[in-house]
Amino acid sequence: MQEVIKHVACPYCGSCCDDLEITVDDGKIIEVKNACIIGTEIYHHASREGRVGSPRRRQPDGTYKDITYDEAIDFTAKMLIKAKKPLIFGFGSTNCEGMAAAGRVAEDAGAVLDNCASICHGSSFLAIFDTGYPSCTLGEVKNRADVVVYWGSNPAHAHPRHMSRYGVFPRGFFTGKGARGRKVIVVDPRYTDTARCADHFLQVQQGHDYDLFDAFRMVMHGHGADLPAVVAGIPKEKILEVCDVIKAGRYVHIFFGMGLCHSDGRNHNVDIAINLVRDINEVTKCTIMAMRGHYNIAGPGVVWAWQFGFPYCIDLTKGSIAHMNPGETSSVDLANRGEIDAFINIGTDAGAHFPIRAFEKIGGSVPMVTIDPSVNMAATVSDVHIPVAIVGVETGGICYRMDNVPIQYRSVIKPFNGILTDEQLFDKIYERMQELKNAGVESDGKWEYATPLADVRPVKEVYE
Amino acid sequence: MVTQRAVEEGEAMESGKTTQKYFDVCSIIEMNADDIKEMDINLNTVVKVTSECGEVFVRAVIGRQTCPPGLCHIRQGVWANQVVPPRTQSTGEPQYSGFPVTVEPAPEARIVPAVELVQKACNKWNGKLLWPM
Repeated sequence: MQEVIKHVACPYCGSCCDDLEITVDDGKIIEVKNACIIGTEIYHHASREGRVGSPRRRQPDGTYKDITYDEAIDFTAKMLIKAKKPLIFGFGSTNCEGMAAAGRVAEDAGAVLDNCASICHGSSFLAIFDTGYPSCTLGEVKNRADVVVYWGSNPAHAHPRHMSRYGVFPRGFFTGKGARGRKVIVVDPRYTDTARCADHFLQVQQGHDYDLFDAFRMVMHGHGADLPAVVAGIPKEKILEVCDVIKAGRYVHIFFGMGLCHSDGRNHNVDIAINLVRDINEVTKCTIMAMRGHYNIAGPGVVWAWQFGFPYCIDLTKGSIAHMNPGETSSVDLANRGEIDAFINIGTDAGAHFPIRAFEKIGGSVPMVTIDPSVNMAATVSDVHIPVAIVGVETGGICYRMDNVPIQYRSVIKPFNGILTDEQLFDKIYERMQELKNAGVESDGKWEYATPLADVRPVKEVYE
Repeated sequence: MVTQRAVEEGEAMESGKTTQKYFDVCSIIEMNADDIKEMDINLNTVVKVTSECGEVFVRAVIGRQTCPPGLCHIRQGVWANQVVPPRTQSTGEPQYSGFPVTVEPAPEARIVPAVELVQKACNKWNGKLLWPM
């Protein structure tokens, strides 16, 4: 019998559209309404032939053999206990419950715990630590903002419904005219599809965003006349014109994306963006928000900050004493230096999205487990691939939207072939680790045992 | 060169990274029209992209989202990451945007599938694609 499930939240991008309508018939997804092309594909992918229905172990000849969950969990637990510095990376695409369970495993294993923000909005975090984060919710943008800036982000492609739900087109409480009442400014080195929606498009020279921010700040400080004729490829007159639009706005909002975080300067580009927000607030109201990529990539920042005090790059090799130092404890740098000796890739694909020169040092030499519903590049070189239920499709949970608003996700169908959720899997790995630690691990005919962490003194004692 | 998301890439990624669709939409380089003319590259032919840390063969196109002269764009994914420098300026973030590359025509070359690229880099390539496209 066909059933339509309403108000379903989409597990793709940070916009977390929660107005999807999914038609389900006999445990299969028939139709997806309101979602973008990518969200639709996620739902249909779940019901398609060829899903991986059980954990698999890589054989020496490169083929894969199905194994049981118990065997896969045993392999993972032993790998974590034996390793001196395992890395658990990913979490862009899972729920907060799974992240919390993984945090418990990481602490027990003395692992480095990192999420996709490390290669995405990590440098935004650094800037936010330094400068603060004058932000708001997406609802405020929809209801109040009459000048919207997309800087180094391309929501037409990366957040397909962002402009229609929040940024450009919607009619809100104080923005009854919708797109006609909003001025949209896009700053990007490429003429993107987002730029086509813009009232003002500034084609900044790649890598020179900092210069342009500096020019904007000069104008806001009243030194517009002193600008050079051209800054970062933009003529002075255009900068002054755009600044007048910003000054005339009742509520200005800046969305910034990977264009700032991935270019030269990294966190400094975001730092000066936040400083510009402070300057604009002298004239009118202004807020800023990072365009977070995945639907729950804001989640680890919340969950782990609560568990360990840090949002990403968390080094737990000293047991209960966590420390974070991007550049030292960040995944790509650890990989570059060949410092890790076991790798868990969960809810992401390091094989496709790490620079290959970094990934080859992991994938080629250390034991590796991939936890992901589908076959991705990391899975093709992993020792063990464990499929899990797809969050938002086969299991529910809490996910944080890009503005740090928690959204309750729901399941629309039962997990394929009875596969586990991330939370169940990590809890089982934790239990198996306790069993093994109590019994000792046998390997190559001798007892191998992870260095007990009992001699690490609790934080309280250190300060007394 | 820069590498960022495209909606086609996102959709193909969700279908599966071993699919023909993913291969078709991600193994392309979007270039400036004048640059392509100047370098004598025929549209939709294979070019060799070389950076400080590697090389990759991709198909040259102009693309709807145009690049200014001197800039090119490979959609994020396996092919782009063959040439992305892993240096992070001590932030953990590799240089995904803004690194120098050399593009030259290589019309006879073969575009290598994603699985083969990753498995070869990790010394786990056994000579055949287990996931036929």
